[in-house]
Amino acid sequence: MRILRNRKTLSGVILLLLFVFLAVFGPTLAPYQPLAIVGKPWEGPSGSHWFGTTQEGYDVWSQFLNGARSILIISFLSGVIATVLSVIIGVAAGYFGGLADNFLSMLANIFLVLPALPFLIVINSYLPAGNKASTALMAAIISLTGWAWGARVLRSQTLSLRKRDFVDAAGISGERAWRIIGFEIVPNLVPVIASSFLFTTLYAMGTYVALTFVGAVDVNAPWSWGSMLFWAQADQAAASGAWVWFAAPGVAVALLGTSLALLNFGIDEFINPRLRAAGLSRKGLRAVGVTRRHTLGLTPVVRPAADAVVVSPAEIIEETV
Amino acid sequence: MNSPLELNDPVLEISGLSVDYGFGPDAVHAVADASLTLRSGEVLGLAGESGSGKSTLAYAVTRLLRDPGVITGGSAVFHGRDGAQDLFDLDAEEMRELRWSQISVVFQSAMNSLNPVFTIGVQLTDVLRAHRKDMGRAERKQRAAELLDMVGITADRLRSYPHELSGGMRQRVMIAMALALEPRVLIMDEPTTALDVVTQREILQELGELRERLGFAVLFITHDLSLLVELADSIAVMYAGRIVEHAPAEQLFRNPRHPYTEGLLGSFPALHGERRAMTGIPGSPPDLRSLPPGCPFHVRCGYAMDACSTDVPELLPIHWEPTEPRRAACLLHTDGFEAPESLKKTAEIGSTL
Repeated sequence: MRILRNRKTLSGVILLLLFVFLAVFGPTLAPYQPLAIVGKPWEGPSGSHWFGTTQEGYDVWSQFLNGARSILIISFLSGVIATVLSVIIGVAAGYFGGLADNFLSMLANIFLVLPALPFLIVINSYLPAGNKASTALMAAIISLTGWAWGARVLRSQTLSLRKRDFVDAAGISGERAWRIIGFEIVPNLVPVIASSFLFTTLYAMGTYVALTFVGAVDVNAPWSWGSMLFWAQADQAAASGAWVWFAAPGVAVALLGTSLALLNFGIDEFINPRLRAAGLSRKGLRAVGVTRRHTLGLTPVVRPAADAVVVSPAEIIEETV
Repeated sequence: MNSPLELNDPVLEISGLSVDYGFGPDAVHAVADASLTLRSGEVLGLAGESGSGKSTLAYAVTRLLRDPGVITGGSAVFHGRDGAQDLFDLDAEEMRELRWSQISVVFQSAMNSLNPVFTIGVQLTDVLRAHRKDMGRAERKQRAAELLDMVGITADRLRSYPHELSGGMRQRVMIAMALALEPRVLIMDEPTTALDVVTQREILQELGELRERLGFAVLFITHDLSLLVELADSIAVMYAGRIVEHAPAEQLFRNPRHPYTEGLLGSFPALHGERRAMTGIPGSPPDLRSLPPGCPFHVRCGYAMDACSTDVPELLPIHWEPTEPRRAACLLHTDGFEAPESLKKTAEIGSTL
């Protein structure tokens, strides 16, 4: 696939696949339950406990393997919900304008200025105890604070799109509003939606980990890297030298975020040929020995060396086919 | 101000120019081995269909080609006020000094380059303030009015904002601006394409008069061959990044030597003379990423021979009329081949078009 030829996208995809693998098979591969006492407290990394044990004698490696699933499910589910919300609200606001725009924009603005973390902590404290463990509910609650940014971006894009000639042409030829939105406008927004989805997912991941870390949700069910960070902090793992206990989930969360960001950059370059061409050109220029940057208004001159092999047109054709 | 420059002295000698977009196997060879000489006082027309490389050639010569364009060979020697220099050896500062004062360019949508919040007068005098430091305020204004007058706009328009002018007027303002510092070479890339034919004609007439008065050379790029026949002294026709024919305008129009030129000329009707069927050129322009081997035109050419699919023809004087000041890149006119009658016409030139 052409999109995978980009190094950023490729490394993002590989990293993300690694985490998906962890989420799918991690619990099966884990030697123990995350909260099973299987060793002495504060054991260092060893053959039987790769990442050592916790204060209570739980196996850190098992905790780590069990931690990916809920994070991935919640962040992606939350990303989907928030993106759908932002597309509906943003595109509707931009396309219909007027009172609808005023109302929807106001809504988006309110959610933008809400301090997300305290708001979510308050909401979570009102949930009945039994529901706190539901991943779907968790995702829905997080997406509540994640859609507004995307909605605003999509609204402004829609505002510029709906004044374009092809949208006018569709309207004059009698297409209905839903068709114009679905077939003329939204396909043009796909890059923005994709980027907004990835960043919302990233946001949801960070928020969920933060909520677990501060203990605003049930820290033990569903188990996640946030739970590990919570307990490592509560049991003073840093002071006890059990650095793997907080380093492993911390690094994992950071890498998951990195993979999403890399994917986003890759998509950006894929949809914006200017970014891609610039990258290609710099690399190519270096390859032929020009170190100067390609500035507008001074086209580089690259004369092939006198002894360079002259490529015949037939060979060029073979190369391109 | 100009150092003595005889009419017909070369001012811009492009030789062996090659331009690629991209590098290595992905590279698109947009211009291949193009050689042209622009003489002072001459209007050299560059014609060709979309994607034939005519604009790329002009941008490359002025080093204005955007990323990922790269000049991969050749030279462009400019005979300026301070002697001859190869434009491809200059650095950014030297290029900046040459541009506008000695080489200026008018682009197709140049009229959109006017800043909407300043009056025409401010924008015209701005360049004079930067480059003609000895000019006083009144002198600059005088000169700006003169420039406007040159392109047929009355001086009271100096106080107008760009939006108060029509497209044609704005384009004329840009031409006046390009001429403000009396350049030796004026490169015009489809300067009138966006305008209606009446305006086009006015602008071109003015351009012709200005050229005679000021003696600058014009490289005029267009896909409109009939326009060039009237305007240009000589015409170069490009196809697939190569110059396929270069001849004095009337010669090229009356007696085309390259089959592609003949095809182009057969694609538009003559206003006078007998009626003839419009033929057009079969096929479509080639994909520059995968040119056919041999002559790039042979797949669409009615006179194609076996040799055409293997040998790349060079731009050479016509074998059977070597003294004529014209060149064509076609095997039919090389030694050992017999050109068909239609490409051997030697009609009288000088009669009415």
